[in-house]
Amino acid sequence: MSAGGRRTRVGIQATVELMVNGDRHSLPVDTRTTLLDALRERLALTGTKKGCDQGQCGACTVLVDGARVNSCLLLAVAADGAEVVTVEGLASPDGALHPLQQAFVTHDAFQCGYCTPGQLCSGVGAIAEAAAGEPSLVTPPEAGGRGEPVPLGEEEIRERMSGNLCRCAAYPGIAAAVAEAAAALGGEPAPGLEPGPDPEEVSR
Amino acid sequence: MRPFRYARAEDPAEAVAALAADPEARYLAGGTNLVDLMKLGVETPARLVDVRRLPLDAVEETPDGGLRIGATATNTALAGHPAVRGRYPALSQAVLAGASQQLRNLATVGGNLLQRTRCLYFQDTGKPCNKREPGTGCAAREGEHRDLAVLGTSEHCVASHPSDMAVALAAYDARVEVLSEAGARRLALQDFYRLPGDRPERDTVLRHGDLITAVELPPPPPGVRAAYRKVRDRASYAFALVSVAALLRREPDGSVGEVRIAFGGVAPRPWRARAAEDALRGGPCGEQELRSALEREFTEARPLPGNAFKVGLAVRTATRVLTDLAEAAAATPHGGPHSQEDA
Repeated sequence: MSAGGRRTRVGIQATVELMVNGDRHSLPVDTRTTLLDALRERLALTGTKKGCDQGQCGACTVLVDGARVNSCLLLAVAADGAEVVTVEGLASPDGALHPLQQAFVTHDAFQCGYCTPGQLCSGVGAIAEAAAGEPSLVTPPEAGGRGEPVPLGEEEIRERMSGNLCRCAAYPGIAAAVAEAAAALGGEPAPGLEPGPDPEEVSR
Repeated sequence: MRPFRYARAEDPAEAVAALAADPEARYLAGGTNLVDLMKLGVETPARLVDVRRLPLDAVEETPDGGLRIGATATNTALAGHPAVRGRYPALSQAVLAGASQQLRNLATVGGNLLQRTRCLYFQDTGKPCNKREPGTGCAAREGEHRDLAVLGTSEHCVASHPSDMAVALAAYDARVEVLSEAGARRLALQDFYRLPGDRPERDTVLRHGDLITAVELPPPPPGVRAAYRKVRDRASYAFALVSVAALLRREPDGSVGEVRIAFGGVAPRPWRARAAEDALRGGPCGEQELRSALEREFTEARPLPGNAFKVGLAVRTATRVLTDLAEAAAATPHGGPHSQEDA
């Protein structure tokens, strides 16, 4: 241990197993490392952005075992064994954009682009959640919770995407892009909900 | 952030033993509040015992017609559960009114109950705060306190409780199931939270090592309509200035059969408005009666200059919620599509 006091105290190490965008990683980390920092600083997946680092902006949103989460508040050790999809994992291996990525281009759903990776992962999660019948605050009381898809109108999209702030206020384009991709996907599950590709297949 | 040891507990008893063995250990579940507070230096555990994957995530209907909600059920799983949507609608609405979907996917029911106040000074280690550091004083009284409490405060602390879920749970008479080394025990939600008094550092009556294992709901009162309404500075993804969970049943003659009212955003804990309920039960529920009963609830309020608006806002919001429930009951006296009798 260092004699320098609290700020320089040596961390405590742990090894985490993560499947990220289909690639398996065994990663020694300081237990204090968030999933966000593990992705950016250790795996060089800098598509995922650090905005507030406090769970207030959504820029760090990724899919963990199919569910969108704020990676800034999830410790890497707590994600041990999880399957993670980041913005780098949305497009097909052949480079074809995910339907939501294509819709963002079509609808000019960004300006500076800093929040976009989080918006994309969040949108993919939102579309899957609505398809699975998960209610939002604006879902009518008699709908939701029974496994029937919730239609994604503008009000639903805006409520479901409220965890992703855009300081450029590109919201009209973002809402339009999510609506278009939801229609195109027609209830397709989010990446990570299904078994990932065989890592050996990917590396070949 | 202070370095910490991390271990995943295999079963509840092991988790309880791990905490009992280390006074500086804390449970970790979704982490959406605890990890944030650790980054801020407000929480400095030496050890985290991860309970998120304990097999305590079931949401089950009980033989008496109630509901047992496992402590590690996520907010998302709770809000979308068919029994919650159908029979405890104000609970589903309250959960969905809180945070963002990303956070609700991580957050758990047990963790939600134990989240700390979002008072700016509690979260700022450079400022005095009796809740964070007992005896240092309260910076909020003279500072920014727009979001803070008007009821149940003390000279030592005016923090408000941030949960939406807990407000609905209070209205539904929830009980909290707790495991400790001495065994399991149950607490009414109203006895679970404590008011600050001269010990504002203690939000609840839990002791070190106590693990919340479930929340139990009795059957909803027959024939009630229920709603949750939240007033905040933006339409979504913000803490409540004021929120209201309300249950109402009107008798065939139009009088109040059953009424339950709980407020969020106005007190150090979910605030069950018993004075207003008592004033209303058995009587008429016109707008005038509602307003005067709700004003009675706030006669003990001790607002500060920056949050005095909350008293009127809370009265108006609850009056509106109850008026809407009363009108819906009058429109379909035998139970409409949203009534719980049909669920």
